[in-house]
Parts: sequence; C-alpha cells; structure tokens
Amino acid sequence: MTPLVVAGLQKRFGGLAATDGLDLTVAGGELHAVIGPNGAGKTTLINQLSGEIRPDAGRIEFQGVDITHAPAHRRSLIGISRSYQITSVLRGFTALQNVAMAVQAHAGHSFGFWSPAARDRALTGPAAAALEQVGLAHRAQARADELAHGEQRQLELAMALATRPRLLLLDEPMAGMSQREAENIVALLAALKGRYSILLVEHDMDAVFALADRITVLVYGRAIACGTTDEIRASPQVREAYLGDEEAEA
Amino acid sequence: MRDARRAFPVVFLGLLALVPVVAHLTGEPYYLTVFSRIMVFGLAALGLNLILGFGGLVSFGHALYLGIGAYAVGILSAHGVTSGFAHLGAALAVGAVAALLIGLVCLRTSGMAFIMITLAFAQMFYFLAVGLRQYGGDDGLSIPARSAFGPLALQDATVLYYVIFALLAATLYVLHRVVHARFGMVLQGCRENERRMIALGFPTLRYKLAAYVASALICVLAGVLLANLTQYASPAYMQWVVSGDLIVMILFGGMGTLLGPVVGAAAIIAIEDVLTAFRLGLPWGIDQVVNAHWMAILGALIIVVVLTLKQGLYGWLVHRAARAG
Ligand SMILES: Nc1ncnc2c1ncn2[C@@H]1O[C@H](COP(=O)(O)OP(=O)(O)O)[C@@H](O)[C@H]1O
Ligand SMILES: [Mg+2]
Repeated sequence: MTPLVVAGLQKRFGGLAATDGLDLTVAGGELHAVIGPNGAGKTTLINQLSGEIRPDAGRIEFQGVDITHAPAHRRSLIGISRSYQITSVLRGFTALQNVAMAVQAHAGHSFGFWSPAARDRALTGPAAAALEQVGLAHRAQARADELAHGEQRQLELAMALATRPRLLLLDEPMAGMSQREAENIVALLAALKGRYSILLVEHDMDAVFALADRITVLVYGRAIACGTTDEIRASPQVREAYLGDEEAEA
Repeated sequence: MRDARRAFPVVFLGLLALVPVVAHLTGEPYYLTVFSRIMVFGLAALGLNLILGFGGLVSFGHALYLGIGAYAVGILSAHGVTSGFAHLGAALAVGAVAALLIGLVCLRTSGMAFIMITLAFAQMFYFLAVGLRQYGGDDGLSIPARSAFGPLALQDATVLYYVIFALLAATLYVLHRVVHARFGMVLQGCRENERRMIALGFPTLRYKLAAYVASALICVLAGVLLANLTQYASPAYMQWVVSGDLIVMILFGGMGTLLGPVVGAAAIIAIEDVLTAFRLGLPWGIDQVVNAHWMAILGALIIVVVLTLKQGLYGWLVHRAARAG
C-alpha cells in the first residue's frame, strides 16, 4: 500500500496560497525530494502532513487510511516522523534525553511515576543506538543547547529516527551545516534509503540529485513538475522556473 | 554537585525535625507555630512547583486549593463532623473534581492567558467563600477542634508539627520519584518544547492535566493542615496575594529543584517574622521604620535574590557547597 497519498491539498494564509491544489505520492521505500524556491510552501506542506496545521481542503492518506484530520501526536504514533527546518529540540535536556523522549513517546503510555527514566534500558538503549546512527554518540551527555549547530541538526535526525517511523518527513536536514557535516548526512540518508519512505525537502541540489528517486518541484504552492532526477534535469519548464539560473551560473 | 544535592535535603529535614526539641528546651512554643507554618506553605509551594518549575505552567490561582482544603475542615467541623478522615477525604474529593474541571479549561491556553485564567478561577472561589454567610462570609469561620485522626492527638502542637513534617517529607520523596520517572520527563519535556513533544507522539494535554490535579491536591492537603494549624478557615487564604506569595517562595528558593520552594517558604516566612518583630533598639527609630515598612524591605530582598541568583537561594547554596567541597 502506498505510504503517502496527497490529493488536492489547499492551504491559504490570508490571500496567499501556500499550498495550491497539490497532488503527491511517496511510494514504499522511495526517497521523494521536494525542491523549490524560498516561500514555495515546502515547510507548510510538511506541517500539514505532520498535522501541525490543518489544510483548508484536500486529502491526506497514510497507508490507505485517511489522516487529513488526525491530531499530530497520533500521526507520529502510526509512523510519520518529522524533523524541523529550524532546529526544535528540548534545549535543557541532554542529547540522550532528547532521543530517549522520542523512544518513550512510542513505548506505551507515560504514566510511570516511580522508576527513574534515566536508568530505563528500554529507553536509553534505542536512544543511544539512534545517536550512534547519526554519529552523535560521543555527545550523548551534552545539553542540547550546548551542541554546535550541525550537531543539533544531527540530533533532530536522531529524534526522528528513534520513533522507528515508516515515513520520514525531513525539512532541510542539512540547512546551515558545514560541508563535511552535510556529507555525513548525505551518506546517512543514502544508507537509510530503501528502509524508510522519505519525503526530503532540501536546498542542496547536489544532495537532492544524488539521493532522490523522484523529485517534485514546488513553486507558489503548486507542483510544476514531478519526475525522476533525469526527467527533472531535462524539463524545460523546471529550468525556466527554477533551475535555470543556477545552471546558467554554473 | 551530586553530593551536595543529596546532603542538603537530609540536613534541611534534620534541622526541621529538631525544631520541637529546641522550642521545648528554650521554652519558646512560638517557634513551633512559625515552623509549622513554614512547612505548610513549603508543602503548598512544593505542590505548585510541580507544574510551575517542572511543567512551565505558571498558575496564579493555587491559593484556591489551599482554600478548598481549609474550608472542607471548617464546614464539616461546623456541622459537627470531627473525623479527620472525613475532612481529608472530602477535601481531596472536592479538590480533585475542581482541579480536573478547572485544569481542563485552563490548560487549553498557555502563557499569559493561562496565568490570567487561573487567577480568574481563584477569584471566583474567593468571592464564593466571601458569599458563604452561614460560614462566616468575609470573616471566615473558626474551627473549635482540630481534625480527629484516631489516636493522633493533633490538639498537641508537637504532634501536629510532626504530622506536617512527615507529610512534607513524604511528599518530597514521592515527587522526587515522580519528576525523574517517565511521567516527570514528559512534564519537563512540555516545559522545554511542547510542540516538539506533540510531534514526537505525546498527547500532552492528559499529562499536563494529571500534573495539574496532583499539584492542586498537594495544595489541598496543605489547606487541610493550615486550617488545623490556625483552627480557622478564611477567604483570605484564597486571596490572589496568597497565590502570589507561593510563586514568590518558589522563585526565591529556586524552581529548578524540589527542595527550593520549601527553602523559599522558610526564608520568606522567617524574614517576614523577623522584620515585623524587629526590636534591636537601634537609634533614630529604625526599629519602627522596619516594622512598618517590612513589606518594602522584603520586596527589595526578593528582587535582589531573583535577579542575582539564577537558581534561587537553594540552588545557590547547593552550588556553593559543591564548589567548596
Ligand atoms: N503561519 C503562517 N502565516 C502566514 N503565512 C505563512 C505562514 N507560514 C508560512 N506562510 C507563508 O506561506 C508561504 C510558504 O511558506 P513556507 O512553507 O515556509 O515556504 P518554504 O518552506 O518553501 O520556504 C510563504 O510565503 C510564507 O510567508
Ligand atoms: Mg521551509
């Protein structure tokens, strides 16, 4: 069953159409990249998929179930996990605690009043593994607000992975990273590819073209093109609307 | 740091446990009353701090729950019900229902709106209590005898002191477990970044509501004890000033720790006591000035502590001890 089907999605902010009749699918194990200029509505799309804002019209299906009106926490519980473009972590918690919270969210109810969570192997074990996965194990005991920017981005990713999602929504995971950090993340995403269905919003075109199975180009809330990397590269429409300038510069 | 954090609660509770002995030896039963009061307000501040310090929810209406506890004792006593179990049971039951309903409304808001709406609920109950003519209205009602808990003779000030002490110590321990358990981590996570907690999969409202009710019930318990201590139930217990005092105690002592608010309550009440009874025979009528303007002096002290000690008085003490040792 197709993990994600978006049909006719609409979202207006006042007079501005941030999402304008968008259709999009993410197939099982597919890495689907969404690119587009600033303000195209990429983050707004992810916010609607994760349930943080409600669409005005349209439909979102996850594995055949209509989740258009499901609350955000339930979407996470059924396997949709996201990261944020602007780092959003529990700043006063350690890196390990941050990821342990992600694990705990998916480990049944949290009405446990007596045993210390810090010594709960069922939480710290998978949390440590997720930190390892993103290459942040050595910073497990550092407070999140003391991590470098790139490390916070890695933490974002670890939290998203620790919920064992089926669909990953990644909002510019490499934003603001150094060249080397970005390369690490690209390598990580390449390793994750195929095991998860991934919707990747990213500005780094090299990364996108290296990783994506399919690419959707978003402009003013509309998908002006959708296809394989080769199709997108070759599309005159896309070159004109979006890639054109960059290619010309290069 | 670890050791200081472990040692301080033991030292602090040890000193509290010795107060009746000192009061006895010096023949000053007055100390017993002051420290009973300190512990009752310390318990209330501890309860409020569960949601304020650990949940980031600034309730400006927790005096309401002190009032529910006190009035449960007062009203039942007025009808000839002297059983402490009935007092406590009724207080907790009414408190739980009130907190559940009020919490459900208030927790839909956040930030400034939450502060204002909790205040509004407390004011409603305050005026409700003032309107209870048959129970003393404005003046409140005096309670002829303390709650009867089987063989526990609360009428004896020392017994009452140790009952309050035991309840405070037990609450401290239970909350120590709670804030480090899964539940407490969710609460603290909501304080850090609730939006992220929801995205992680937590239905945050139910956890915040449970914490709000627990926090309210600790204040209800403090209210029952307060009524027993003063043998009085008054609308004044529910005034917004009392809610404010609890917040000040928390800030003064430090909201990052469990013991902080209790230390804050001790400091504020002790300072208040010293300033209002200031008799050092200083020249130029300084004593009288201090007695008359103690609130201004206390206010200045609070400002200094809150501005200079980020972790409050207790956090500062622990930090110093950790560096010295
Ligand atoms: N909460 C909001 N209120 C009003 N306008 C918004 C809001 N969120 C986003 N927008 C607008 O919607 C458009 C799309 O924004 P966004 O989804 O953040 O774009 P992208 O992530 O592609 O850069 C922008 O013009 C932005 O200003
Ligand atoms: Mg964006």
